[in-house]
Amino acid sequence: MNGLLGIATLSREEIQAILDRARDFQAPPGQRFPTFSSQAGRTVVNLFFEASTRTRTSFELAARRLGASAISITAQASSVSKGESLVDTLNTLAAMRPDAIIMRHSASGAPHFLQRHLEIPIINAGDGTHEHPTQALLDARTILDRGAKLEGLRVAIIGDIAHSRVARSNVLLLSKFGARIVLCGPAPLLPSELTQLAPGVTLTTSMDEAIRDAGVIMMLRVQLERQHEAAFPEGEYFQFYGLRLEHLKRARPEVIVMHPGPINRGREISSEVADSQKSAILNQVENGIFVRMAVLERVLSGGMNAGAAP
Amino acid sequence: MPALLLKNGRVIDPASGYDATGDVLIHDGLIAGTGANLSMSGADVFDATGLIVAPGFIDMHVHLREPGFEHAETIESGARAAAAGGFTSICPMPNTSPVNDNATVTRYIVDEARRRAAVNVFPIGAITKDSRGEDLAAIGSMREAGAVAISDDGRPVMNARVMRRAMEYARSFGIPVINHCEDLHLSAGGDMHEGAESVRLGLRGIPGCSEDVMVARDILLAEVTGARYHVAHISAKHSVEMVAFAKARGLAVTSEATPHHFLLADADMHSFDSNYKMKPPLRGKGDVNAVIEGIVNGAIDAIATDHAPHPGSEKMQEFERCPFGIIGLETALGIALQQLVHSERISLAKMVAMFTANPARILGLQRGTLAAGAPGDVTIFSTTRSWTYDVNKSFSKSRNSPFDGMEFQGGPVATVVNGEIVWRADR
Repeated sequence: MNGLLGIATLSREEIQAILDRARDFQAPPGQRFPTFSSQAGRTVVNLFFEASTRTRTSFELAARRLGASAISITAQASSVSKGESLVDTLNTLAAMRPDAIIMRHSASGAPHFLQRHLEIPIINAGDGTHEHPTQALLDARTILDRGAKLEGLRVAIIGDIAHSRVARSNVLLLSKFGARIVLCGPAPLLPSELTQLAPGVTLTTSMDEAIRDAGVIMMLRVQLERQHEAAFPEGEYFQFYGLRLEHLKRARPEVIVMHPGPINRGREISSEVADSQKSAILNQVENGIFVRMAVLERVLSGGMNAGAAP
Repeated sequence: MPALLLKNGRVIDPASGYDATGDVLIHDGLIAGTGANLSMSGADVFDATGLIVAPGFIDMHVHLREPGFEHAETIESGARAAAAGGFTSICPMPNTSPVNDNATVTRYIVDEARRRAAVNVFPIGAITKDSRGEDLAAIGSMREAGAVAISDDGRPVMNARVMRRAMEYARSFGIPVINHCEDLHLSAGGDMHEGAESVRLGLRGIPGCSEDVMVARDILLAEVTGARYHVAHISAKHSVEMVAFAKARGLAVTSEATPHHFLLADADMHSFDSNYKMKPPLRGKGDVNAVIEGIVNGAIDAIATDHAPHPGSEKMQEFERCPFGIIGLETALGIALQQLVHSERISLAKMVAMFTANPARILGLQRGTLAAGAPGDVTIFSTTRSWTYDVNKSFSKSRNSPFDGMEFQGGPVATVVNGEIVWRADR
């Protein structure tokens, strides 16, 4: 029954265990991935109600590298269009007894709602504007790999905070480890209640203030598909909230630039920054697989709360 | 029908200020008298020792879903749930299919209720045709067919000019205008109260100001038109303050609050449980306290349930797809006792007034009193008996309540409508 619905319900110790285990899966640079077979014979279903290339592929590869088989279903509207409810869709899948369901859905709380009605563990691969726990885990792994310590680290998260599940999960995770988080974006995308998400969160609408002293800059995509209104003047977004080289010159020398992808060059981040030495964007993608292997292993071995995986 | 003698209860009749242990005699469907040691040969006797005997409760805000949505509720099932909640009169909102925007639909509801409903049903007609907010509905003829108020509940009149004309016209027919106050532009797409909880859950918010701006507009229009104006299910702090302001100016402005809005805040919601999804949404703790304060200081006149049945299939979905609304007829009295009376915020008599004399006054009903000659509607309830709500035993056809399993101290014991006991607790 113990899947992974969000960072909110994970303890610092559980998070640390996942991050440690993910490191075991990392391949040294230039070497082939080692293969594992600890989850041979297990089956996971990737159920994606929302388009996604990287997350779905990442979960699929993670399952295969553990020896498990993975089936991916893009449920975009296949059953829904025939009038089948989400509960019925999941019950149908559950009757085929996969060992876990990895789910992405455009509605906040969809996996939480389903988990109440389902025995099979659900791993949340992003629900609406709520949580994206494996993204926060892979981001933390990436920060640690660059030699930074989370405790006391100043992390600037910049962009469409209101509609970002990545921001929420990162705030929750980083706060549990004592990081200081600065959330930055146009005021209509930066509700004041965000400071109540977790300890250590401050808000600013000024990019310069957000970047000052930051050890990590996380850029977010403007999620126009989740906005139902013109909450800010789009045309001048890059001018005020796009990350450019000039910003990096004012930032700390060891600063890391991250982005959960997909990136929009010239919109929230300039090409020069995306391709710069400071960019950890591709490391994030790579770590996605290792972190998801660690998560899958824990879930398939009896749950997130069942102690450290063997 | 034999006479009915309710013996030895604590009789509370806020309309006359009567509050003493005694008897109530009902004869020919009417209250025949109230006092000590009444008797009448051949009368059925109900021993009300240790119980409260009050005028029949009036719920001025329910949804009976008939015609059009009988899979969720019918006039008959909703009326049975009302009786089991201690209500003797209920006022269904017009958002049926077809919308109750003309005398034919009004008469259909009145006739069906006369045939099949255990309690009195007083329909509320639409303000505008099809509740589209454009052309005024047949307000005068609905009034003649039995409508006691007009409202486009759930689809508030956004055009201030239309609202002004509705108030002017309704005034000439002596009928109050009830509004579900929600600026639909400010609330668009929202699923729960806008605040720390909506931000945490990643759900779109319905801000308190979406209610406030419409209450403000309507109060100004009520002053211009002189209309009797009533705010439905008030939930936001500033709205309560503005109603108090309107009353202080002597306007004919009244308001109601639901039990869920004076009991629960957004933080009490179980995450993504659609049984906590309604409009207006469960608001912040400060709003809940303001609603309670409004009840104490008189800004809020009536308690109404906004009983809104939805079948399980509609509530078993992603939170953002689920419809708004919860059932509430059977739990209203238990919650009011717990949250208002046992906690000593208001007197028992005041609570009774909010269920009886006050809604009767707002709607112009000759009910809500135990005065001799009044209709024989009586609610008999306990303030002490403990019981647990089991939603699966509800008389409603729907099960969408967040109060399943809740324990209460006190609740309805028997419900008398026009001199007849229509429901009696088996506990």
